[in-house]
Amino acid sequence: MAYVAEAPKESFRLSMLIYDTRFRSITIQVIVLILALLFVGWLTDNTIKNLAAKDKDINFSFLWNRAGYDIDQQLIPYTNDSTHGRAAVVGLLNTLVVAFFGCILATIIGVFAGVLRLSNNWLVARIMTVYVEIFRNVPLLLWIILAFTVFSETRPEPKDYKITAPMVELVKQKMTEEGETLPPDFKVTPRMVSSYADELEAAGIEPPQTEIFFGTVAVTNRGSNIPMPLLSRPLGGFEVAGVPISFSVLAVFALLAASIFVSRKLSRRAAAIQEETGVRPVIWWKNLAIIVLPVSLLLWAMGLHWEIPGFATDEFGVSKGFNIVGGINVAHSFTALLIALSLYTGAYIAEAVRGGILAISRGQTEAAYALGLRPGKTMRLVILPQALRVIIPPLISQYLNLTKNTTLGMAISYLDLKGTLGGITLNQTGRELECMLLMMLIYLILSLIISSLMNVFNTAMKLKER
Amino acid sequence: MKRSVFLGTLAGAALLAGYASAATLDDVKARGVLNCGVNTGLTGFGAPDATGNYTGFDVAICKAVAAAVLGDASKVKYTPTTGETRFTALASGEVDMLARNSTWTYSRDNDLKLDFVAVNYYDGQGFMVKKDLGVASAKELDGATVCIQTGTTTELNLADFFKENNITYTPVTVADDAEAQRQYVAGACDAFTTDASGLAATRATLPDAENHIILPEIISKEPLGPVVRHGDNNWGDIVRWTFYALVAAEEMGITSANVEEVAGSTQNPEVKRLLGLEGDLGAMMGLDKDWGKRAIAASGNYGEIFAANIGESTPIGLARGLNALWTQGGLQYAPPFR
Amino acid sequence: MTESSIAFARTEMLPQQEPPLSERGIVKWLHENLFSGWMNSILTLLGLLSVFLIVKRALPWLLYGVWDANSLAECREAVAAMAGPDAHGACWAMIRERWHQFLFGFYPMDQYWRPVLAFALMIVALAPVLYYGLRRINMLMVGIVGVLMVLALIGVGTDAAHLLVAVGVFAAIFAVAAAAPTKLVWVTILFPAVGFFLLWGGSVWGPIGALAGFAIFGAVWSLLQKKLGVVVAAGVGLVVAAMWWLVVQTKVTTVLHEFLPAGLPSVDSDQFGGFLLAFVIGVTAIAASLPLGILLALGRRSDMLLVKTLSVGFIEFIRGVPLITMLFVASLLLQYFLPPQTNFDLILRVIILVTLFASAYIAEVIRGGLAALPRGQYEAADALGLDYWQAQRLIIMPQALKISIPGIVSSFIGLFKDTTLVALVGLADPLQGITKIVRADINWKGIYWEPLIFVGVIFFIVCFSMSRYSMYLERKLKRDHR
Repeated sequence: MAYVAEAPKESFRLSMLIYDTRFRSITIQVIVLILALLFVGWLTDNTIKNLAAKDKDINFSFLWNRAGYDIDQQLIPYTNDSTHGRAAVVGLLNTLVVAFFGCILATIIGVFAGVLRLSNNWLVARIMTVYVEIFRNVPLLLWIILAFTVFSETRPEPKDYKITAPMVELVKQKMTEEGETLPPDFKVTPRMVSSYADELEAAGIEPPQTEIFFGTVAVTNRGSNIPMPLLSRPLGGFEVAGVPISFSVLAVFALLAASIFVSRKLSRRAAAIQEETGVRPVIWWKNLAIIVLPVSLLLWAMGLHWEIPGFATDEFGVSKGFNIVGGINVAHSFTALLIALSLYTGAYIAEAVRGGILAISRGQTEAAYALGLRPGKTMRLVILPQALRVIIPPLISQYLNLTKNTTLGMAISYLDLKGTLGGITLNQTGRELECMLLMMLIYLILSLIISSLMNVFNTAMKLKER
Repeated sequence: MKRSVFLGTLAGAALLAGYASAATLDDVKARGVLNCGVNTGLTGFGAPDATGNYTGFDVAICKAVAAAVLGDASKVKYTPTTGETRFTALASGEVDMLARNSTWTYSRDNDLKLDFVAVNYYDGQGFMVKKDLGVASAKELDGATVCIQTGTTTELNLADFFKENNITYTPVTVADDAEAQRQYVAGACDAFTTDASGLAATRATLPDAENHIILPEIISKEPLGPVVRHGDNNWGDIVRWTFYALVAAEEMGITSANVEEVAGSTQNPEVKRLLGLEGDLGAMMGLDKDWGKRAIAASGNYGEIFAANIGESTPIGLARGLNALWTQGGLQYAPPFR
Repeated sequence: MTESSIAFARTEMLPQQEPPLSERGIVKWLHENLFSGWMNSILTLLGLLSVFLIVKRALPWLLYGVWDANSLAECREAVAAMAGPDAHGACWAMIRERWHQFLFGFYPMDQYWRPVLAFALMIVALAPVLYYGLRRINMLMVGIVGVLMVLALIGVGTDAAHLLVAVGVFAAIFAVAAAAPTKLVWVTILFPAVGFFLLWGGSVWGPIGALAGFAIFGAVWSLLQKKLGVVVAAGVGLVVAAMWWLVVQTKVTTVLHEFLPAGLPSVDSDQFGGFLLAFVIGVTAIAASLPLGILLALGRRSDMLLVKTLSVGFIEFIRGVPLITMLFVASLLLQYFLPPQTNFDLILRVIILVTLFASAYIAEVIRGGLAALPRGQYEAADALGLDYWQAQRLIIMPQALKISIPGIVSSFIGLFKDTTLVALVGLADPLQGITKIVRADINWKGIYWEPLIFVGVIFFIVCFSMSRYSMYLERKLKRDHR
């Protein structure tokens, strides 16, 4: 009984705030809070004073004023009569589209380069090492400028694709010589002209450049013109805040999702049968049919056809105008930024992939060989899925980097969010505080969304330990 | 205690700082150096040479102001500014004046709280195309691809011009002059549009200048001139009248070479007032008597500056045109020194 | 029985034969390494094709390079004279005329020895961090850097007096490295002040006064820390040091300067440019972000909710926005956030913002280092009865920082490459800023590839050697921990 002593009475002394570990953390936190609040208050106070001194205010109403400038790549309708706010949205979409495709492309490049760096092929492994080292050790800005310049310096000008009057004359003459009778309003097509390339050259006329991929895609030094899918019987659509949404596209996606759902069900059944009987029924062609057929039918029903890019011509087939028109025109600022970003980020991803693969023990490869798997299949079925767990965390930060690095597009004047909201709009309105804060906020939200999405994926891929 | 640390640090930040108060003239005198915002590099108008010395048409204004205020044309600190940072640099007091091909517009003057004190170059936006394009007028550019520099008034003018003439174009926005030139030469755009002076400078340095033409249309007014902060009228007057002193000097035939000689021999009362031999014009602005003489001696009168940096004897080869004196059919006109 | 006479048995060994042609020499190597399967063969051919295409395109251009000309037009003439009117050639003459601007910006030409010496000292200052107390390697490093520095100094045309000064400094450091390699750490401690003095110049008493502030801080701290605990002592020390810096220092240094006017011609930071600027921004930001990064990393692992939240918030905010926006904050927005009429150098503002930017990344690197330490280290520290700061200082940080060095180096490489972005706020970085200035010269207007290649090659050399070094370090450190 005597051992149970009263606990010593706690009398609170001021020094306990510092020395007593129970209170110290509270003390520190309170001090930190005060400091943080003071700091924020100081910034705000300064900002208010400065704004007053400059006779300015914080006002976002400029976002609803007419922008007055044009943007060469717009995913939603935009003219120079649209508002600054809409220009910012166009810019944001441009950022997103290059970031999205960049992440996909960088992953593909990175995985290939990472795997090939470990290849037995001496030359390929060396080339991949050189690729990775060169891209990792030279500023991204240089690559962006370089990629852009290579496009505009090496590709032919649009006028080299033109079919001129002498060409048409010569082709007609040759065709008549070959015994064809041509009506007076006979129209010469580009394909006819290119089939007489030798004759043209013999006559001292430089034959026109021809579009690649069977005359459907033209890559000039200004941009790439690719065919555009058009529907002759579209299902209509509606507009949300000036953004047209087409029922046809929605229908295609819905149908695709449904098909994928059905095909996964089929695969699951096949797996169940395999578990039961040991024999996996052959279903790949069923899966393929389920996914491809309904969508194709729908597209056919809506009357899918392609608009092929080309010069506008007069009635004889002589090209008019300055540019190849029709189809989808992808500016090289987009392509170059995409390529440079994906090659640059791809080099980093390649290192992550290589590290991930090397982290998998050699025994896994040997076990896979013992099971009779070929090297390719070993990599695909055994090594990569395990390496993925090591690869994903660095991959997330690379995706984030890529997204943030899209801002460097301003060096080649890719009008992304930085180019519109943080560039021309800022410049024309002089509202630097509003523009920059808004821009930082948007990038922050974007980064948070990407990292949380990837974290969800990461958790899903994590090794489930019992 | 923590708080005092914090405040101490802030005070430290403030100590590091210089001060830009309402009286720019006093600041400049106290500092002994004129902070002048210039272009990061524009041929003929302002760029550092191989030894790092800034030269150019705009830079000469900085030198003249420094000579007038501080008595030494070399007491200038040049701050390169981009299209985005220029007005902020001025508004925040980082530079005392901008001499950087900036267009005087209504909204810049009023909304951005700036003062354009004079026009040192009357420019206008034009187009350059290759001869073999077969285009003789900008109105024939329907459907063409046009290279424009971003962050300038030119992109707004371009949009307006094509809208007005009901024709279409594809804009290729480029970051700077060199990039625009490269793209235009490579054929990535059919036409290159910027201020006519810039077009001439670009054309002059092309290896095949004879194959390129500048179209006759000038689609905008681009009065370029030095800019100061709104609200400090005295400083604005100093920059304005320093510039006009250069124009007046050309009108009166005073050059950097003969300024001393003229000062010794002149009987013209206005010349006397300008050179500080009579009256006290300088004191009215808070300067000494000889300000005008020094400003002229710094890099010469307006005509000399023009001829030395961008005139017909230089590779850029710009004609005086609108920038000739009013007596010779141009627009450069100095109010009387009286 | 002695000798076999059976006909089918050999009596002697056959002479060793050469392996078949496909199994030896280059053929075997080719077969094994390049054409071991159809997939490999295709890859090889593709690889050869790409190499061939690149060489075919670039070689003539490089071959017809012109070194001796005064303008682009002269270059073009020289190329035409050499290889005909249609040939293209590189115009390296521009590099010959402007190389110093790419390296030093507008730094006064007769003062080039200062950045060179500062750069050499910086490398030496790193030696004790990497090889603390190892005599041979330290001597080797000081020696090699010294020799290279002398070559560089002669290359930039230093006069004899300053050359002697630099050589003297290095001889002294070499002597220290030979006699007492652990004392080399003083080079590291003094380097920030010395480097600042060398680069910006001015009175010698300024940096000495600033150093004295740190000495005061150290003295106060070591006096009080027993009594008041680490944090409070640091707080008091900071206050006293701040008092010194803000109130006393200028007066003392002014007086000292009057008695003993010693110093170097002062150079404004707006004269910094090119790779000098890139290094100044990169090195200062990384060095200054280390303490901040350590605090943030500790804050993020702290048990205190508020501290943790603030640290995480700061780190994630910085990591979530692009560097360009930070640079524009430095150039456009800081004027709103600082007290009215505060106005200082754009380079300083950029350095501050880049430091904040780097500190978030450094914090993550150090957090990785902290996480890599086995739990036992913390428990051992607790068992010894060390308090939080003692444990951090004596046990945790030395190990965690060591593990983090490769990460810090790669952060530096990333930051160094990103310094090219400062051109977008009007500073003279090597890639765009200086290039633009060169192109604005009427003689070089229209030059395009040469500056890009020149700058790219230098960036590659610097970054590649650093990354190789950090990989070597990583391997070495890993071995230590096994």
